[in-house]
Amino acid sequence: MLNNHGAADASATASEHDRIGCRVPYSVFTDEAYYKAEQERLFRGPTWNFVALEAEVPEPGDYKATFIGDTPVVVTRDKDGGLHVVLNRCAHRGAMVCRERRGNAPHLECVYHQWAYDLNGDLIGVPFRRGIKGQGGMPADFALKDHGLVKLRVESLNGLVFATFSEEVEPLRDYLGPLITEHVERIMCRPVKILGNQRQFIHGNWKLYAENTRDPYHASLLHLFHNTFGLYRSTQTGKCVMDENKRHSLLFSMAGSNDAERDSQVYQESRSFDTSFTLKDPSLLAGRSEFPDGITLVILALYPNLILQQISNTLAVRQIVTRGPDSFELVWTQFGYADDDPEMDAIRLKQSNLIGPAGVISMEDGEAVEIVQQAVTPDRGAKSYIAMGGGGADDADHLVTEGAIIGFWQNYRKMVGFEEALP
Amino acid sequence: MIRPAVKPEPVDLTTLPRAELMREVTDLVALHAELIDDDRLEEWPDLFTEECLYSVIPRENADRGLPVATIFCDSRGMLVDRVVSLRRANIFPVHNYRHIISTSRIHGVTPEAVTAHTNYVVLQTRNIGQSFVYNTGKYVDEIVYSSGRFLFRSKKAIFDTDLVDTLMVRPI
Repeated sequence: MLNNHGAADASATASEHDRIGCRVPYSVFTDEAYYKAEQERLFRGPTWNFVALEAEVPEPGDYKATFIGDTPVVVTRDKDGGLHVVLNRCAHRGAMVCRERRGNAPHLECVYHQWAYDLNGDLIGVPFRRGIKGQGGMPADFALKDHGLVKLRVESLNGLVFATFSEEVEPLRDYLGPLITEHVERIMCRPVKILGNQRQFIHGNWKLYAENTRDPYHASLLHLFHNTFGLYRSTQTGKCVMDENKRHSLLFSMAGSNDAERDSQVYQESRSFDTSFTLKDPSLLAGRSEFPDGITLVILALYPNLILQQISNTLAVRQIVTRGPDSFELVWTQFGYADDDPEMDAIRLKQSNLIGPAGVISMEDGEAVEIVQQAVTPDRGAKSYIAMGGGGADDADHLVTEGAIIGFWQNYRKMVGFEEALP
Repeated sequence: MIRPAVKPEPVDLTTLPRAELMREVTDLVALHAELIDDDRLEEWPDLFTEECLYSVIPRENADRGLPVATIFCDSRGMLVDRVVSLRRANIFPVHNYRHIISTSRIHGVTPEAVTAHTNYVVLQTRNIGQSFVYNTGKYVDEIVYSSGRFLFRSKKAIFDTDLVDTLMVRPI
C-alpha cells in the first residue's frame, strides 16, 4: 500500500483539490514503493518518453544508449534510415548489449556470448547454434525470430524521438495535443545540429524537477539573474498553459514586455531584483531576436521525462533519468539550427553560460530540489500545499500560478496513485 | 618567493631556459588553484589576460569536437561577472574545493606562449563534512608573458567527471 496516512488522504477528492489547493504527501518523493510503481505504471506504462534527437543518430548504423526511467534502451538508425528503440538487454541471459553511450555499428552484438542483432532488434546470429563437431548447440526448434530484443513503439516529431513500452497509448501527436505539438514544432522548426551535452546528478526525487519546470512562480524569485537582467520576470507578458489532459505544460514569456518602473515596484523588497548588479561584460546577454512572435523564454515540460526549452538564444532538451527515489540525472543536449551562421554559433555558445549545471539562471534548480528532498525525508506524514493561481489545474494567461504543477499531480495520481491504496 | 626581475617586453619565450619556464608554469597553475581553494575569487581573474579564454568543458564534448562548455568565458570581464554572480546571485550548497594538481608538462613553446598540460582532482566538501571527488580532468593552458607577469591567455579544464554533482558555481 503506497498510502498509509489514514482517513485524511482517503477523503481528499478532486473537488477538494480545486477548492483548497493541492496537497501532495511527501512520501511520494521518498518511498521505494512509489518509485517501483512509477517505473512500471508510468515510465513503462502508457506514456511517450523522449529518447533522442534525430540529429544524434543521423547516419545508418548510428546508435545511442539511454534510459526510460531507469530502464536501459538503445536508439538506432537502420540502413534504410528507419529509427528503432530496443530494450538494451540481450534476449539470451540479460546482458547489456550496448555498452557505449553512442557510436556506429552494422549491428548490435552482445559481448558475453556474441549474440548478434540487426539494428531493428531482430536476432541474426547465435554462435555455436548447431554445436561443434556434432556436440551441443541450441534445441532443434530454436528459431532466431523468437528471440529478438524487446522492441518499443517509436515516433518522431520534427526531430524529437519518443518511445513507449505501451501498445495502448495514443499516437504521439494525440498524446501531446495540438497546443503542445504546435510549440514543439515552433522550436523544432528546421534541421538542428548538436552543440554538446551536459549531465547533472541531483540528489532529489525526479518529480521535484517535474514540479520545478511547471512553476513560473519560482523563476523570478529563486533566480536573481533571471529577474535582475529581465530575462524572466513574473510581470512579463506570458502564459502557463496545458494540453487537454493537463499532462504537459507550456510556459512562455516575452522579455520585450519588461517595464523597469513597474517591475522595480513589484520587486522592490525582493532579494532577486538587484539593480546594483551590473555585468562587466554584457556580451553574455547580447543575443538575437530569433522568433517573430516575440517569445523569448519557453519551457515545455512533456510528461513524463522531457523539458524542451528556448531561453534567449539557447535551445536544449533536458532529459530526466531516474536513479532511485532520492536521485536523478538530468541530461542536457544543447542544439542550434543546421543553418546557423558563425555569429549565431558564437551567441549560442556564450549564452550556454545561462543554462546547464553551471548556468547562471538554472543552477539554483538543483539546489532547490535538494533542499526539498532533505527536508521532506524525515517527516513522511506531511504534505505540501500548492495553490498559487487559485489552487486548481487551470491554465493561466499570466505567470503567477502553480496550475500546471497541479495538472501534473492529477495525472500522477491517476497513473500511480497516492491517495488510493495500490493493490 | 624571489621573483626574477621584470623582463623588457616583448619577450621571446623560446629564448628562456626550460627550467625557468617550468617554474613559472608550475607557479601560475598552483596559484590558480590556491586562489580558488582559499575563496580568494576576486583575485582569480587577475591571472588572465584581458582578452582570454576560460572554459570548463566535458570530455565527451571535447572528444567529439563539440563546443558546449559548462563554463565558457572569453574575456576577463566575464570571469569577474562569474565571481560577482556567485557572490550575489546564485544559490548553491555551501562548499569548499581542494585542488590536487599533478606535475605540469610543457607541450610546446612559441615566442608568445607556453602550452602546458596538468592533471587535476578537485575534492569538494559540503557542510555535512564529507569530502568527495567532485571533478577530475586535465588543464590545457596557454601562458604568455604580459605586463611583467606570466598570465593565462587560455585555460581549458577538460573534465572526465561529466556527471556534475548538483551544480557548478565555482571555477575549476
